[in-house]
This record gives sequence, structure tokens and C-alpha cells, in this order.
Amino acid sequence: MAADPDTTERDVTHASGNSSGVTAPKRTARLPVWAQAMVAVAAIAGVLVALAVFGGASLPERNGPPVEEVAVERTVVLPGVIELTIRNTGPDPVQIAQVFVNDVYVDFAGGTDPINRLRTATVRLDYPWQDGQPYLISLLTSTGVVIEHEIPAAVATPAPGGVLGLMALLGTYVGIIPVALGMMVLPVLRRVGPAVVRVLLALTVGLLAFLAIDSSMEAIELGGSSGGAFGGPTLVVLGAGLAFLALTAVDRVLRARRDRAKADGAVGLRLAVMIAVGIGLHNLGEGLAIGSAYAVGELALGAFLVIGFALHNTTEGIAIVAPLAQQRPSLTQLAALGLLAGAPAILGAMLGAAVNNAELSALLLGIGVGAIAQVIIQIAPALRARSGQTLDPATIGGITAGVLIMYLTSLLITA
Amino acid sequence: MLGAAGAALGAGPLLDTPAATAGDHGPRHGGGINGPTFRAGGTVDHAANGFDPTQVLRDFDYGRVSVSPEGRTLREWDVFATDRTIEVAPGVQFPAWTFNSRIPGPTLRCRQGDLLRVRFVNNSAHPHTMHFHGIHPAEVDGVPMVGRGVISPGESFTYTFEAEPFGLHLYHCHVGPLAEHIARGMYGTFIIDPPQDRPPADELVMVMHGYNTTFDGEGNQLYAVNGIPFHYMHEPVRVRRGELVRIYLVNTLEYDPINSFHLHGNFFDYYPTGTRLTPAEFTDTVVLGQGQRGICEVRFPHLGRYMFHAHKTEFADLGWMGFFEVTD
Repeated sequence: MAADPDTTERDVTHASGNSSGVTAPKRTARLPVWAQAMVAVAAIAGVLVALAVFGGASLPERNGPPVEEVAVERTVVLPGVIELTIRNTGPDPVQIAQVFVNDVYVDFAGGTDPINRLRTATVRLDYPWQDGQPYLISLLTSTGVVIEHEIPAAVATPAPGGVLGLMALLGTYVGIIPVALGMMVLPVLRRVGPAVVRVLLALTVGLLAFLAIDSSMEAIELGGSSGGAFGGPTLVVLGAGLAFLALTAVDRVLRARRDRAKADGAVGLRLAVMIAVGIGLHNLGEGLAIGSAYAVGELALGAFLVIGFALHNTTEGIAIVAPLAQQRPSLTQLAALGLLAGAPAILGAMLGAAVNNAELSALLLGIGVGAIAQVIIQIAPALRARSGQTLDPATIGGITAGVLIMYLTSLLITA
Repeated sequence: MLGAAGAALGAGPLLDTPAATAGDHGPRHGGGINGPTFRAGGTVDHAANGFDPTQVLRDFDYGRVSVSPEGRTLREWDVFATDRTIEVAPGVQFPAWTFNSRIPGPTLRCRQGDLLRVRFVNNSAHPHTMHFHGIHPAEVDGVPMVGRGVISPGESFTYTFEAEPFGLHLYHCHVGPLAEHIARGMYGTFIIDPPQDRPPADELVMVMHGYNTTFDGEGNQLYAVNGIPFHYMHEPVRVRRGELVRIYLVNTLEYDPINSFHLHGNFFDYYPTGTRLTPAEFTDTVVLGQGQRGICEVRFPHLGRYMFHAHKTEFADLGWMGFFEVTD
């Protein structure tokens, strides 16, 4: 403590020197910044503790009965068994005492202990369900409250191993194959004019815009259906926002490197690698969207996404090979570029399908939306005509065609 | 076909006992294609509840008997209303209103012409009455605003009337909201024997009722006979081969328009309301509305287990089913 006056003295001298003595703040009585921060934090903590101790006591307890809220997050239908993963989304513990299915009490395993807030339990019901029939499952809690869960049509849930194989296949369809197809237009690209490339990119923007809106609605509905223990629809916005920011950051880093690469005079292959990495990250989000759509039983969305993403990823292939128009890369180099951009879709699809939480799926769909929005922003500069206009009859026509293609494809897919 | 086969195979992992032993002693019965059941192995705590459906079956309360100065038989009872939490299914607590801390309330039994004094003490936090079915003056009808009317918490009242007509009757609370007062558990059996005894028999009381655990007034989540759903599935009603069995069957079920009783492997003589000594029907199924009751007389010629349940099978699946076990 004895050293304090000296320290303060030095600080004052230092400060005066820096500010040329004109507007020197009077700091004689001030603490260092870190100490001031500590005092502020301590004050906040002290008041919060006091509020918790005395403020809480001055308010009445809740005088109603226990609030029992449970969300069914996952339904697995196996021969003779219906398995529910349930989460307590309410404030009070919930004990599932008995279960009846279509007004028949059933034997069940699991869920023997009370489920605390935000915790989950899995109950396995012994019930001879029939294929394609609707079932209403009623969970009778220890207080006599009934929590209902509807299965619109019981269909056996596929085994997890088969799903991962299927997801790998889907990831290949939407990631690797379309990108490779797109890259095959490299020789054609060299011959057509930039006007045609512009319209193709505008079409891609239209496709993506439709997908972004459609996925958003699906994700918000999904997030809302789960009881919203972790935020429900808010998670979609959060996922989209964070994905957009993250991909924008990646894009900035890549762009900085690309600029350096240009400065080095090494445009071409290295630039194509950078674009492929960026597109690969985007395809991870796409894969997640497909996998999670499949995991929550939204097969139509999955198939729709496959077609939509396959169409759009073909144009991604074009984007990757665009910098290579003046070069003659080897077949191995092209294959590596294709994998870099397309393979993350496989990983994403497998991850998305392995996730069995409606709210996590909503978050993942949101991430896909953010990724789509980011790619639209990335493509936008390429739509600019020589005159400087982004929206002219050619690009407007392309965007409109893209939206219409997606709308019509969505009508065709009924599963 | 595929679904059914899959179901049969899938039932295996959850069931430790094969179908052949379902229904043996112990709490395990049914499951999967073998029928409805609560979670296997679970039973309610009868001791904590304060009553056991197996005992309710043959528990007849004849009251304190004396002879009045005029030479009439006088029967006196004390009946208490209490608020009790009852475990109505394994793990399910139901905030009940009861007569003498049990559901159904005590079976009060007398003979036609007896003088009855039922001292009702309301120890519940809610107003109640005792409304008897039978022939009696308005002052002791146990409805609000007539005679003594509502018996407030902490108060008591003695219902005094003559036992008539002979037959199988019931009593219940009649305070509004009436459906809730009944659905909470305030009902019981009231038997007036005819002047000449009915033939000797193994006599049983069965009160059919339900529990609307959600209190939404729209149907019941649990259905039972004598208090606990599925109880007689794992504790069958034991009767002797060839012996006359007389079942005093009462329906007090609230919220559902009808209830029914069906006996397997046998037929019974049915005496509606028990007010005539000749049976009206020889049948294996009767349908009753709320407040309807009747006497079933049956002899079991064969050994073994015979199911009885509501032939409104939805109620059976939700708890209203049991077994007779016929032994020598």
C-alpha cells in the first residue's frame, strides 16, 4: 500500500507527457482501470446476490399446481415397440407414471425417475401397432396430467446404419456429382460469352433465394413444434445469422489470400482451390440441411433439397473452373477440386441425420439458410453488367426462371 | 399381416413372461398383444391408500344394531367425509374426496323396515351431503336447500329414515358442481335386504367408476371396479366351483353415458335394482347408465380363470377388467 502514491505519481507524469499537457485529465485520485473494473463487477455481483437473497424472499411463491410440460423430441417405431424420447420443457420435474396408446394402457420401460427441467428420458412402449395407422400416445404423469403425442401414420423407423449409408449416397448426389458435372463445362465456358455465364449465375441466385425462404419456413415450424426448450424458432435465426457471419469471415480470409495470390501473379489453380474451399464449407451446411430434414422425417424436403442443391451445385462447379479458363489443369487436380467442394456435403448429411433433436435440426436448417444467403451475396457482384447494373432484363429473367424452376419442382415432389 | 407378425416378434424384448403365464399371481399381466396393463411390476400402495379392493369386495357394514322401544331394529353408522390423496394407479396420485377415506365409500347394509340413523361428519375442506337412493322424506334427501341441505366443513348431521324398498341402492354426495363431487370419489353402495333372506351365497360388491385425473370433465383417464384399475387382474376374485355367487353391481361412473359388465365363460341371473326376487334376464352382459345397479347371481361349473370387464372395451383397456379364479 505504501507504494501506491509513487505509482500514481508516475502515471500522472506519463499521462501528461503523452497528451502534451494541454488537456491532461486529473488522475490523482483514480484507481487503475483493472481495479475500477473489479469494483464494478463486485458491486454488480453484490447487488445480484442481495436481490436473490432478499428480493426473492419478498415475493410470494407460485401458488398453482406443478407446471408439467413435456416435448416429444423423437419417435422411433420398431416392430411391436414405440420409443419416445421426451424432454421436460417446463419449470417443474415431471414423472411419467403410466402410458396409454389409443386408450389402451401399455407396459413400458424407461422413464422410471422424475425428469428434471431440460433433461430427457426415453420410454419404450410395448404396443402392437399397425403399419400406416394413426396413434395418439398419452403420457399420464404422477399428478394425473395427460401429455399427448400424435403419430399421424406409424411407419417403421429405418436402422441407423442404413441411414448413414443413405446419407453418404445423398451427399454424393448433391455434392460431388453436380460439382463434377459443372466442372465438365470448362471447355464450353471458354467459348461462350460472359453474357451467358451471367444469366446462368442469375438463375442460381433465383434457385437459392427460393430455397432460403422455403428452408426458413420449414425450420421455424420445426423449431416451434418441439416445445421450444432451447429457444425454438429463435434458433433458426441464430443459426442463419451465425452461419452467415462465419462464412463471410471465411470469405474475407480467402479473398485476402486470393488478392495476395493475384499480386503474386499466380491466379488460376490456387484461386480455384480457394473458391473450392469456400464452396465446400457452404456444402457442409447444405448437407446438414438435407440430413436433418431426413432425420425428422421430412422426406419431401430432403428430396426437394437434393434436386435443388444438385441443380445449384452444378453452377458451383462452373464457378470453380471459371478461373481456370485460361489454363490447362490435370485431371487429378480437377478431381481434387471437385472433392474439396463436394465431399463436405457427405459429412454434413451424415451429421445432420445422426442428430435426433428437432431444435438442433432447426438450428442446422438455419445454418443452411445462412450459408445460402452468404453464397447469394458472393455471386451478386458477378451479376453486374459492364454498364454497372446488377438487375437488367437478362439477370431478372435468370432469377425469375430460377424461382419458377424451384416452385415447379416443389409441386412435382409430393412425397 | 406383416404388421401383426412384427408386433408379435417385437413384444418379446419387453416381456419377461410368455403369454401363457400372463395373469398368474403377481402384478404382471397383459402387455403387447396380451392386452392392456400398467407398467409391468407396479402396484399401488394399498396400505397408504387405506383400503384394498380385495377387501372392499366382501366388506359389508351392518352398523351398530340395537332395538328401539317400539321393537324395531335400529342401525346407526358414523360416516366421515375426508379429503385424501389416493394412488389410483401405480405412481398416479389423485386428490380425492371420500366417504370414510376409501373409494368406493363403505357398503351400508340393512333390512327392509329397519330404522336407519346415519351420522354424517364433514371433515373435508369442502361442503358435502349424503344423498341416499330409496324412499324417504324430503328433509333427509341430502340435497342443497332442502331440509338441512348442505353440510359445511366441520359440521355434522344425522340422516334418519326407514329402509325401503328392499333392493340394491347407492348413496352419493349431492353438492354442486355435482359431477365433480361424484367424480372425486363420493359414492357408495346401500343394500336393503328383503324381509326374507335371499338364498345363501358368496356375496360380492362391485362398484364401477372412473377417475378423471385431468379434471377436464371430459371422460375419464382411468376406469375401475372398487377403486383400483386392473386390481383383479393380478389379484383375481376367488370363488368356489358350484357355489352360488351374488354380485351387487353398481354403476357410479361420471362423465361417460354408459358402463357395462360382461362375464366370460358363464351366464348369470340378473335382478335389475334387486327390487324383485325373480330374475328379469339370464345373460352374460348388462349395460348400465349412471346410478343404475342390479344383482347378478351365478354358479361357476368349471375351474379356472374367467375374465370380467366392461363390454365397453375402451373402459376395459383403460383399467376396468379383472379375473374370477374358480377353485374347489
